[in-house]
Amino acid sequence: MTPINPSDTAWMLVATALVLLMTPALGFFYGGLVRAKNALNTMMMSYVALGFVGIAWAFIGYTFAFSAGSNWLGSLDNAFFRGVGLDAKGSIPHILFAGYQATFCIITAALISGAIVERMRFGPYVAFITLWSIVVYAPIAHWVWGGGWLAKLGALDFAGGTVVHINAAAAALVGAVVLGARKDYARTAIIPQNVPFTLLGAGLLWFGWFGFNGGSALAANGSAALAFANTMFAPMGTLVVWSLLDITRTKKTTAVGAATAIVVGLVAITPAAGFVSPVSGIIVGAFAAVPSYFAILWRAGTRLDDSLDVIAAHGVGGTVGALLTGVLAQKIWNGTADGALFGNPRQLGIQAVAVLATIVYSVVGTFVILKAIALVASLRAGQKEEGIGMDVTQHGEEAYSRGEGAILVQPERI
Amino acid sequence: MKLVVAIIRPEKLNEVLEALYRAEVRGLTISRVRGHGGETEAVETYRGTTVKVELHDKVRLEIGVSDPFVQPTVKAILAAGATGEVGDGKIFVLPVEKVYRIRTGEEDRSAVTPVTMEESGA
Repeated sequence: MTPINPSDTAWMLVATALVLLMTPALGFFYGGLVRAKNALNTMMMSYVALGFVGIAWAFIGYTFAFSAGSNWLGSLDNAFFRGVGLDAKGSIPHILFAGYQATFCIITAALISGAIVERMRFGPYVAFITLWSIVVYAPIAHWVWGGGWLAKLGALDFAGGTVVHINAAAAALVGAVVLGARKDYARTAIIPQNVPFTLLGAGLLWFGWFGFNGGSALAANGSAALAFANTMFAPMGTLVVWSLLDITRTKKTTAVGAATAIVVGLVAITPAAGFVSPVSGIIVGAFAAVPSYFAILWRAGTRLDDSLDVIAAHGVGGTVGALLTGVLAQKIWNGTADGALFGNPRQLGIQAVAVLATIVYSVVGTFVILKAIALVASLRAGQKEEGIGMDVTQHGEEAYSRGEGAILVQPERI
Repeated sequence: MKLVVAIIRPEKLNEVLEALYRAEVRGLTISRVRGHGGETEAVETYRGTTVKVELHDKVRLEIGVSDPFVQPTVKAILAAGATGEVGDGKIFVLPVEKVYRIRTGEEDRSAVTPVTMEESGA
């Protein structure tokens, strides 16, 4: 066993904090895109994952994902963090590794919320993402990163193109279909309440993503530097292409478009980050803009109320990234495998298998969980609650309260 | 001529606008207001502070119409704005002494007749 390396540990401590920041950042990104009456509820859908999903990870998710087990699932050896101490896992303390991976699980669950905002009741939502993190996220993380069957097959997923993004997008698709469209969807204009929030969220996501991709090397080494550089340059490529598409189509570059482009670029480079050269990284980012851009336009004309376009950004972007990893990977950069363009066409096939397996398992698992919860509680808020807004009806708070007509209720003596 | 003033639920605004459009009622002004008409208070809590919100968000519509348009306007708002629960709002129909269109100086009936209708010969 390798001893603990102080440099690696220092970087991973920082990277863990960076990735944790991404979940509040996602709250701002999503919160800006909904209507003012649902702003708090939408942001809470991200923030609450920090609690429930994080604790579920500590209790059971981690052991299912990362303890030695079968090809399909870990064992119960590390349940309740038993045996997860200061001894080395790789070259960093085991508890740091478990904490780092917790931040991934949390944001993946929170990503799904974009498809069901403005209409799902909060209690069933919390139950859903908590169960989902254990039943869907942990097994897929085990397949790809925990020594499961996709790892053995040789699937390349540096930081979570399949495990995080395609997985969340498949769940988002099921969520949007099971919940159904918002009552106002395609009937009245639903426009973002605070675009600056969305830009702030996109910026903080990018910042946190350096920990997400750079930290996935699990060490302070060349692989981390490559992933870091790709995380910087790929979204730049996406932003340029997206802006040009915007200009061509509407003669204007939009701010919501720019924020979306940044996220799409980050998603696309995630599986490829430590496997492709920086120039290939820019190609991945630039190319990824096109299918996601048109997926958003297409989706808005359908009855599929994937409200904040989780599928177009994370599903399409993640799939493009995962497949291009199989094309553009270079052994001279990653020391592991070449892609199709560098003499290893088989890699592209393996990538496709990983993408398909993730989609199938996530769709089925998500559907079962949602239907199970629907047996004991209604998933959707009533028409009237939806009309008033989820902030007041679910949380008893308003995002932009002026206090007019608010009468103080004297607190009861405790 | 009459001035129709309606106080409605904000979440019903789009439906009311749609109904007015179908009733061919065009020119109108809306404003966001807060008011209280007997509905139960919402209770909100911010840390240790609990408040009862007695004033609710409402939307006020002001529509100047010629006499034949009063009933269609009122009917459209009644049909589209109602939920059946306390707090749906009120409609006031007020007499109007004079109306001027600022752009042309037209008065009264021709001032409240939308331009599009004149052009289409209605």
